[in-house]
Amino acid sequence: MGDGPPTLWEWIARNWDTGRVGSIRDLLGDHLLMSLVPIVLGLVLALPLGLASVRWRWLYQPTAGVFNVIYALPSLPLFMLLISVTGLSPMTVIIPLTFYAMAVLIPAVVDGIGSVPAHVRQSAVAMGFTPLRRLVQVELPIAAPVVIAGLRVVAVSSISLVSVGALIGQGGLGMLFTRAYQNPFLPPVVVGIVLIVVLALVADGLLLLAQRLLTPWVRARGAS
Amino acid sequence: MDRLSLEAPTGEITVFVGPSGCGKTTSLRMINRMIDATEGRILLDGEPVQNIDPPTLRRGIGYVIQQAGLFPHRKILDNVATVPYLLGWDRGKARDRAMELLERVGLDPALAGRYPFQLSGGQQQRVGVARALAADPPVLLMDEPFSAVDPVVRTSLQDELLRLQAELNKTIVFVTHDIDEAIKLGDRVAVLRVGGKLAQLADPKTLLSEPADDFVREFLGRDRGIRRLQFVSTEGLRLRTDLPAPEGAGTYLHGKDSLRTALDAALLSPTGSAVAVDERGEVVGVATREALDEALAEAAHG
Repeated sequence: MGDGPPTLWEWIARNWDTGRVGSIRDLLGDHLLMSLVPIVLGLVLALPLGLASVRWRWLYQPTAGVFNVIYALPSLPLFMLLISVTGLSPMTVIIPLTFYAMAVLIPAVVDGIGSVPAHVRQSAVAMGFTPLRRLVQVELPIAAPVVIAGLRVVAVSSISLVSVGALIGQGGLGMLFTRAYQNPFLPPVVVGIVLIVVLALVADGLLLLAQRLLTPWVRARGAS
Repeated sequence: MDRLSLEAPTGEITVFVGPSGCGKTTSLRMINRMIDATEGRILLDGEPVQNIDPPTLRRGIGYVIQQAGLFPHRKILDNVATVPYLLGWDRGKARDRAMELLERVGLDPALAGRYPFQLSGGQQQRVGVARALAADPPVLLMDEPFSAVDPVVRTSLQDELLRLQAELNKTIVFVTHDIDEAIKLGDRVAVLRVGGKLAQLADPKTLLSEPADDFVREFLGRDRGIRRLQFVSTEGLRLRTDLPAPEGAGTYLHGKDSLRTALDAALLSPTGSAVAVDERGEVVGVATREALDEALAEAAHG
């Protein structure tokens, strides 16, 4: 191909798996880790906090307030701030993204439990459900569609936000953008954007599928 | 609630009726401890309910509410099997039992695999009744179960409940604000006034003929006299067999239908007479105006 710059496909072929840190495959793996861990961790932490906010209503406003403030903080300074604690590790990206996820998921859990009709909750009590069993078998399943809707927002935003971490050297596919900044060469930027969008679409699609499978009773409910 | 003291006899339907704010639902919920009484005692088979752990107590008491309260995320069969599942029955056995109950309350077994939102209001309410009966509890609490459905469906649900009760002999406590429903369903009717005071406790016939006070009289409404006739048998009604059954006349089931039904048939009849038929639909005679008049006079005095 002579001395000209490599085409997009040539660049991909050459950089897909170099066996070294910084190959496309390597960055994809980092990106997945840094976006999936906050989604899962965010849900695991938001569930008890959300449920506590339902149980003790007074807890909800302060909790939501704190997380909204965190959510409003720009991610970059937050990353910078965390470097002093967690250093230049994936944790520096994972921790803020987990907080962002919680900011979305805590209200989703509260609204989801709130979407359980009063007469349904009452009949569960009257049938003799214990409080824990009522939560697990009645309230959480009915809350699921609202929580999953929150998860879809979280998944897409986490996958997209990870790339900001590139500015502190932990950005997964975002690293492809910083390189282009130093050296105006397009293929890495295109690959980065396409892969991030594809990741987001796949994650969203999987969650949508999960919702269809987990809550078949939701479909067509709007029509009834 | 204020010093409400009454007994719901085993195997009978006791109806709590009264205007909103009379505490009828509160009274009902004290029985299964969804609301705990601040003082006083509620005995179930002689045992104070306060001594029974609420979930255990509630699994032994069927409960039906106005909007059915079905679990939207569970199929009809699993909704009905709720209490058997809670009691730890084997899954297959619980489902067999649920299937049996669906048929018992007059539902198409094909509905078993549907979700509640796919059913009509009347069907949902039947599922609610089936669910309450699933673990065969001796006691059934029903909180305005038929108020949210249209009048035609309501009548059929009421008839269905009476038919079921004739088979099952449950001890039922039924709450309604509809005095007609109370009179139709109740073996005994407790009329409550605002503030949770018992105004009168009586069987429907006594209630209609001897209301305890002005409040009860007013609550029963103006056509109390007419409604009383539904407790008067047509057995003694004198029939003419020498007359031809008039064309287009209303009919009633002789000896089974009440005098109210016979009178209604006569009023809708062009000749003013009601035609008496037997269970096979054969004409057994004609009740003329005169015969009905005699029966009315007797009912008024007796």
